[in-house]
Amino acid sequence: MEVQKDLRYTMEHEWVRVNGTKAVIGITDFAQGQLGDVVFVEMPKVGAEITQEQTFGVVESVKTVSDLYAPLSGKVIAVNTELETQPEIVNAEPFGKGWIIEIELSDAKEIEKLLTPEQYIEQCEKEQ
Amino acid sequence: MSQESSTTLKTTPLIELHKELGAKLVPFAGWHMPIQYTGVIQEHLCVRNGVGIFDVSHMGEIDIQGKDAKPFLQKLVTNDIEKMSDCSILYTVMCYENGGVVDDLLVHRFSEEHFFLCVNASNTDKDFNWIQKLAGPFDVAVKNISSLTAQLAIQGKDAEQLLQKSSDVSLGDLGYYHFKKGKIHNNDCIISRTGYTGEDGFEIYVEWNKAESLCRKILEDGKPFKLQPIGLAARDTLRLEMGYALYGNDITAETSPLEAGLSWVVQLQKKDFVGKVPLQKQKEAGLKRKLAGIKLLERGVPRPHYQVFSGDKPVGELTSGTFSPSLNIGIGLCYVSPEHSKVGTQLSIEIRNQKVPAEIARPPFVPSRVKK
Repeated sequence: MEVQKDLRYTMEHEWVRVNGTKAVIGITDFAQGQLGDVVFVEMPKVGAEITQEQTFGVVESVKTVSDLYAPLSGKVIAVNTELETQPEIVNAEPFGKGWIIEIELSDAKEIEKLLTPEQYIEQCEKEQ
Repeated sequence: MSQESSTTLKTTPLIELHKELGAKLVPFAGWHMPIQYTGVIQEHLCVRNGVGIFDVSHMGEIDIQGKDAKPFLQKLVTNDIEKMSDCSILYTVMCYENGGVVDDLLVHRFSEEHFFLCVNASNTDKDFNWIQKLAGPFDVAVKNISSLTAQLAIQGKDAEQLLQKSSDVSLGDLGYYHFKKGKIHNNDCIISRTGYTGEDGFEIYVEWNKAESLCRKILEDGKPFKLQPIGLAARDTLRLEMGYALYGNDITAETSPLEAGLSWVVQLQKKDFVGKVPLQKQKEAGLKRKLAGIKLLERGVPRPHYQVFSGDKPVGELTSGTFSPSLNIGIGLCYVSPEHSKVGTQLSIEIRNQKVPAEIARPPFVPSRVKK
């Protein structure tokens, strides 16, 4: 299982890469492994507002449906349209080409609530 | 899954092998079973394109022996036992007095006085009790041999070539829905040409404590064929592409076999069987609902219990649904009224409050390649 050092995480297995006032969001390697083959990703529209800890979309694998929880609040400025036809990229490259949305942050202080990589590793170990 | 629940689950004789092979193990029908090894889509395509091996030792086996074995089974099940010859297999259901389904099962005939049944894992105890209760007036001995009998399914176009390497009986002349007693790697087996995938293949019954070494040898033999172990997740997507009914989803105590499209296994001309009268009446009165295949016309994954709509009107409910790895679309089975069950009927499936366009289709969704 891979956990990238430069990201922050949620208890629900999303990652976030903050870059100034913007942030890219995806699901972790642990999450994609637990889900199995991802066959559908439901994403918000560009312009939609998302709220920290609230659902903003859905990932479906062959076996299960899993909600996506927003790590941070903000306005969606990009969605990964490649996932509409190739959702399996989430399995292959969860931290890279398998990103899900990008947002413009509305409150940078929210970052403090997120898990550090070390805390996230601990969380995964508990769940395994 | 908590530690507590895993300790109460039953395990098949292959549990250690599954762990070695990297299986993800989950609770299923009271068993600790491999749901996947490498990934459901890859495993599914392995069976469709080559050959895969499944541990289905959780399935139940019930032995029926005695002078009245044939008349007893004729009373117990809906299909016609009379047409069976030795070493043939019959797919059937058995019903309650009210016509609801107790289980679907395979009947194997050794002789007029000796049969064995293969039943669903989740129903084994219920079935055994039901069969014993009905057996009262008949001269038969009913034995639950599930804990002595392991089962491996080898499915896919290369199954015959692979298995022939270690089998002492000729498999080329073993017809669909027939079995032979034979040896595989010197283990006494019942080898039947049956399966739950829509591919050619075999189901092998072997003594419980011989199953692990046998499976290891078959995996070794299978290397040139790229044989892989296949989990329950792919077993479900494979069966659903064929439109095969699954007990607990598509057929239950609350559904009749006629509604489930299984009228071909309900031989109403038989003199008597449990559930005949209500089924006869249901047939005469006409069915109020039918199990139909349905496919999504846009991307998405249909799931059991999702509602089916015609325009704004709810017309039924999915009992099975999945993403089809062969077709890359969502497929399912649903109960709808007969007028909505015709092939090509335009409907929709409600997925998270959105109606996604769907169309009634006649299963199999993927052409069957079983040996005919």
